[in-house]
Amino acid sequence: MAAYQGKPELVCPAGGLPALKTAVDNGADCVYIGLKDETNARNFAGLNFDAKTAVEGIRYAHDRGRKVLLAINTYAQAAGLARWRAAVDRAAELGVDAVILADMGLLAYAAKTHPALRLHLSVQGSATNYEAVNYCHEMFGVQRAVLPRVLTIPQVEHVIRHTPVEIEVFGFGSLCVMVEGRCLLSSYATGESPNTHGVCSPARAVRWQKGEQGLESRLNGILIDRYGDDENAGYPTLCKGRFEVNDDTYYALEEPTSLNVLSVLPELFRIGVAAIKVEGRQRSPAYVAQVTRTLRAAIDSCGADGQRYSVRPAWSAELNKVAEGHQATLGAYNRPWR
Amino acid sequence: MAVNPGFPAPLARLVERLPQWPHGIPAALALNFARYLRLLPEDLSSLEGRTFVIHVRDIGARFRFRYEGGRFRPVFGPAEPDLMFSADTAEYLKLLRREEDPDTLFFNRRLDIEGDTELGLIVKNMLDSLEPLSWSAIDRALRERIRPSSS
Repeated sequence: MAAYQGKPELVCPAGGLPALKTAVDNGADCVYIGLKDETNARNFAGLNFDAKTAVEGIRYAHDRGRKVLLAINTYAQAAGLARWRAAVDRAAELGVDAVILADMGLLAYAAKTHPALRLHLSVQGSATNYEAVNYCHEMFGVQRAVLPRVLTIPQVEHVIRHTPVEIEVFGFGSLCVMVEGRCLLSSYATGESPNTHGVCSPARAVRWQKGEQGLESRLNGILIDRYGDDENAGYPTLCKGRFEVNDDTYYALEEPTSLNVLSVLPELFRIGVAAIKVEGRQRSPAYVAQVTRTLRAAIDSCGADGQRYSVRPAWSAELNKVAEGHQATLGAYNRPWR
Repeated sequence: MAVNPGFPAPLARLVERLPQWPHGIPAALALNFARYLRLLPEDLSSLEGRTFVIHVRDIGARFRFRYEGGRFRPVFGPAEPDLMFSADTAEYLKLLRREEDPDTLFFNRRLDIEGDTELGLIVKNMLDSLEPLSWSAIDRALRERIRPSSS
């Protein structure tokens, strides 16, 4: 029974030192970061932390009583296993508050080599039931699990009621097809996938081009989408493209959209969620500031007002502005079918 | 929030017709000066030999420059850039002040990025990795670089 008492922690993304400081300054309880290589799922040119910036970031957060989590959330590849293990060793040296791991082999390595290092099971670990979560707890001592974005609120509650592991859920950010930890879609176009190389659409394979019919995005030459002048653009990933299916051109897999849990915060409090996570290590400090500030205000208001809590229009406006696809959804949380 | 009145359209059309090459000179000068003040990242080698255009839509100006041999240099002539940004003045100011995130402006179609996407990402992440630019930071940098040290 790990129903969390009190306010869930707010876990915010940082792709660099200024974003980390911004998250801390705007009220994040924890900031999650990645190293500059394929050991994390935002392996983008120029993004992430080296030893020097990680040390400075951790000091900045710890001085202010906040935590830093290191995401090593891709799957170790046979040829580069040493790199993934080195990332775990680095995390222990740096003194991060926890590592976020997905790979079972890596969880075993971390548990054995660094018994004092706190382990979180990444959303990429794809544990959607309490048996899977409890297995990771018993085998590796995992203390927190991030649930994939495929469960309804009653299903999240069911997991929480049957596990001693803290449960973290997503609260805001771009959604994808959510085959978390198992998605290989982009490798059909580029030979690389988020779980092996830490990136859905490697930037060198992406081309944006203005043509007669609008702005085109291509992934390794494959036309993914074409935007008219008045249309919002999205990330150039295969799952969010518009394709011709049976003479109809539409978002055949998924529309670009963002998750937003403001309206169900009291429910997340009630069922005992331990932490609420914000997506977006690839975004700039401006996004981190806007989203962190807004969720901080909402979580504090929900903690103080309880049943009288209501979503303020200014919060929704701020979050909708930065959302991909300009539409917010509760995703699976309020899905009527199981 | 301050409302930017925008640049009058007839004037913009006029500027668009002026020769574009002079704009590269102040852009390169400003970037080299920022470099001198150590306001830019130390390692710019990933920009080596690449040509950039910053298109300010409402003013109709195109700032063309290249990074070569450790310096920014203006580019004359209409050569195809490796990377081009297009936006209105107000959007560039929001980016510089860190009020908006480039992805947000890009989703909203208020910022266009054309050319080498990876280079675009490198530039974006490079700018994001810098401490926010403030007058006090510029002042501090000026003091450190220009005034002779007393030690």
